[in-house]
Amino acid sequence: MNFSESFFALKFGIQTRDLENYLSEALSQGGDYADLYFEYIATSAISIDESIVKSATQGVSLGVGVRVISGERTGYAYSDDLDPDKIRKAARIAACIASGPANTDSFGLHEGARRNLYPVITAPTETGLHERVDLVKRADRAARAYDSRIFQVTATYTDNLRQVLVANSDGVLNFDRQPLARLSVSVLARQGDGPAQSGFDGGGGRVELSHFADVKTPEQFAREAARQAITQLDAVDAPAGEMTVVLGPGWPGVMLHEAVGHGLEADFNRKKTSAFSDRIGELVASPLCTVVDDGTIHDRRGSLNVDDEGNVTQRNVLIEKGVLRGYLQDQLSSRIMGSTPTGSGRRQSYEHIPMPRMTNTFMLAGDSDPQDIIRSVPKGLYCANFGGGQVDITSGNFVFSASESYLIEDGKITRPVRNATLIGNGPEAMRHVSMVGHDLKLDEGVGICGKEGQSVPVGVGIPTVRIDKMTVGGTV
Amino acid sequence: MKPLDVVTGAVEKARARGATGVECTLSEGEEFSVTVRMSEVETVKEAGSRAAGIRVLMGQRAGSSYTSDLTPEGIARMLDAAFELVEITTEDPFAGLPDSRDLGTLQGDLQLYSEDIEALSTPQKIELARRAEAAALAFDPRITNSKGASFDTVTGRHVFANSLGFAGEYRSSYCSISVMPVAKEGTIMERDYWHSSARRFSGIDQPEEVGRIAAERVIRRLGAKKVETQKVPVIFEPRTARSLLDHVFDAIDGRSIYRSASFLAGKLGEKIAADSVTVIDDGTLPGLMGTSPFDDEGVPSRRTVVIENGVLRNYLLNSYAARKLGLHTTGNASRGVTGNAGISNGNFYLEKGSQSQQEMIRGVKNGFFVTELIGQGVNIVTGDYSRGAAGIWIRDGELAFPVSEVTIASTLQEMLAGIVGIGDDLRFRGSMESPTLMIREMTVGGR
Repeated sequence: MNFSESFFALKFGIQTRDLENYLSEALSQGGDYADLYFEYIATSAISIDESIVKSATQGVSLGVGVRVISGERTGYAYSDDLDPDKIRKAARIAACIASGPANTDSFGLHEGARRNLYPVITAPTETGLHERVDLVKRADRAARAYDSRIFQVTATYTDNLRQVLVANSDGVLNFDRQPLARLSVSVLARQGDGPAQSGFDGGGGRVELSHFADVKTPEQFAREAARQAITQLDAVDAPAGEMTVVLGPGWPGVMLHEAVGHGLEADFNRKKTSAFSDRIGELVASPLCTVVDDGTIHDRRGSLNVDDEGNVTQRNVLIEKGVLRGYLQDQLSSRIMGSTPTGSGRRQSYEHIPMPRMTNTFMLAGDSDPQDIIRSVPKGLYCANFGGGQVDITSGNFVFSASESYLIEDGKITRPVRNATLIGNGPEAMRHVSMVGHDLKLDEGVGICGKEGQSVPVGVGIPTVRIDKMTVGGTV
Repeated sequence: MKPLDVVTGAVEKARARGATGVECTLSEGEEFSVTVRMSEVETVKEAGSRAAGIRVLMGQRAGSSYTSDLTPEGIARMLDAAFELVEITTEDPFAGLPDSRDLGTLQGDLQLYSEDIEALSTPQKIELARRAEAAALAFDPRITNSKGASFDTVTGRHVFANSLGFAGEYRSSYCSISVMPVAKEGTIMERDYWHSSARRFSGIDQPEEVGRIAAERVIRRLGAKKVETQKVPVIFEPRTARSLLDHVFDAIDGRSIYRSASFLAGKLGEKIAADSVTVIDDGTLPGLMGTSPFDDEGVPSRRTVVIENGVLRNYLLNSYAARKLGLHTTGNASRGVTGNAGISNGNFYLEKGSQSQQEMIRGVKNGFFVTELIGQGVNIVTGDYSRGAAGIWIRDGELAFPVSEVTIASTLQEMLAGIVGIGDDLRFRGSMESPTLMIREMTVGGR
């Protein structure tokens, strides 16, 4: 597809000449670089609670962000109106951070090579509402049917279709159509008059609606959420203190996202405020660990054809056999660090300044049999599912919350334990990885990553991993 | 067209199309943000945006939509989208608008908007951020780096109307200054932050004060150790104590109550906290961040006693949760621009006690003073509490040495019952605040 056939050209009549004019306006006070980010996003959300479809919302939002970079300075302004005068006004505001003669280079906007990692013909947002509402109804029924002790079910389905257009003063012109869908189920279980316990599951991706028929059905999500809640009914108090921890495959990869991913985003490293600053080439993890961030995996929630600065996404090796290899770069940091963008510049919306972010972050599979890993632990904790995590980039301390975990006693998984937070230090914890399973699994597609007030969809993954020492935040 | 006319016009159009109930919100805002890092301007951002949302009811079914296109065509498409969704939702016997007798707006000047914020020039704003960072950098030679200092302003207008004849609007403003210095000693690096915010510019602290406090906080973190796993008394300074209030709010949010998704469901009238604990929600206090003349259903904000001397007195409700529970709305309805109303707090606070923070620390032989919490590890359904923490170890009544990479764990039930000290240092900065709190015993997870 050519630019002239793209969404913004067809629907709003935007031409390359217009884009060049706006870029000229943005660089009218000087500056090294400018970019334009047009975004049109249509969203839907449907949820069921107490077996009633109580809420259904849809909407559209449209706008353009203009950025000017001068040295290490960034000027940013946006408009929710594509009227040329409004865009030029935003460009003049963004230009205020520069002070110099106008940059009058010709930008020579050219379209990059195109590929499509998510060849979705009909985006979920474009399908019939009845098909979509059916997903939450089916999830509700399946969760309730799973066990009579399930007494509350909430299922939420959300999707969006995002059309983006990026043009920058380096001549990049790129556009993309980004569909996204997500179904999640939360349940509560109770035994008699006992305390309630919760369970959660969800997934999706940049997929057709048929994903929820062919790959994972509402019933499967519902049964998994219900299984977790029922399991927690028998949970005992979690242990406290340092111990051996085994992470199960899949979503527990959020540990990598917190322990190493954020700390390797180039903005923190350019400013030398990350625990990983100036450590390229150093051993920061066990040699069993190879961690990559890959924005090019087909259909996945964290994937993008182009990032929000118009750069093509790629597979970035962050840690190779324990050695720190590289950072996640955006335009600004790569310019200042004399590096190249890694397709990691992302933003929540046109109202936000892009920054280096993760896409799909995971550890490559190792050689160990997952069962052998569990058998190798005389006493420890097995974490099958996590809630969220958080990291203090500067000290490197990170946490994640285990929502489904079990004691390991004499090499066997035994009793489920109550929710507990695990804490470690990024560059330290990864050295304690002593076994890596051959069972790499990516998560189901529910992740949301927050950084400096901006949320973006991401993916994580990990094989079964043994960590010899981590602090578990239980009570006994 | 005036925002209020856009909103009332949309309500009328929806009624004309047969809606039995309509709620329409319009929100517009201007934001300005400047960040200075290592004395140089790093980013300047300035923009404004508007959005409108509508919720229509056809009998007991609801549909909602929003748009950033406020032209007549955009509003018409928004209506189409909402009516389309009404077709797929289910009859909900409790769906509806508030009782018309409950609608209204607080009179008098609530001091939510101040022109002094709009009067600041860009160079002035840059200078404020620069001064805050400079104060932090000058504080100690070990502060060698910074994640920057910011000065932000937001001004906005919120408009709401419904088909019961309510129409109201108010303006608001906000400004804040924050700084995040980085200190280094050997290979160890730490960061901390401080900020000040207010609805008027004259209400925020001097930049030098904000910078100095941030600097003191980061310096005292250097050399942090991990301690042995043990059970000890824990003191939460106001910055971390406010997070406990956040959990209490989640647990008394009417939506969690009617779903039995809270450890406080069904506990009205029961003793759930120490005798000394009184928690209030008050959306009427002039000039504060949690104040508004009416909630997002058009019900006036009010003062609600949530916990009185340890006894749970009230949940916080919107009209839907109130109908579900057979109670009365507390004027805590909340939503963005669209959707069914949620519930949010006004100014939600724990009443101060009489002890100074220093006296509380002096009374502890071996304990933990918590200055930062990370992670989400709190389960409102069960009350299980387990979070990452950093702070200072208390030995023989003195702040002895910094601690990091530990967890603190208990249950919210035990923590509320175990509040044995309440400080006299309650100060309203945001919409949820607490004085220093001391909990009799928690498990510190470390080595």
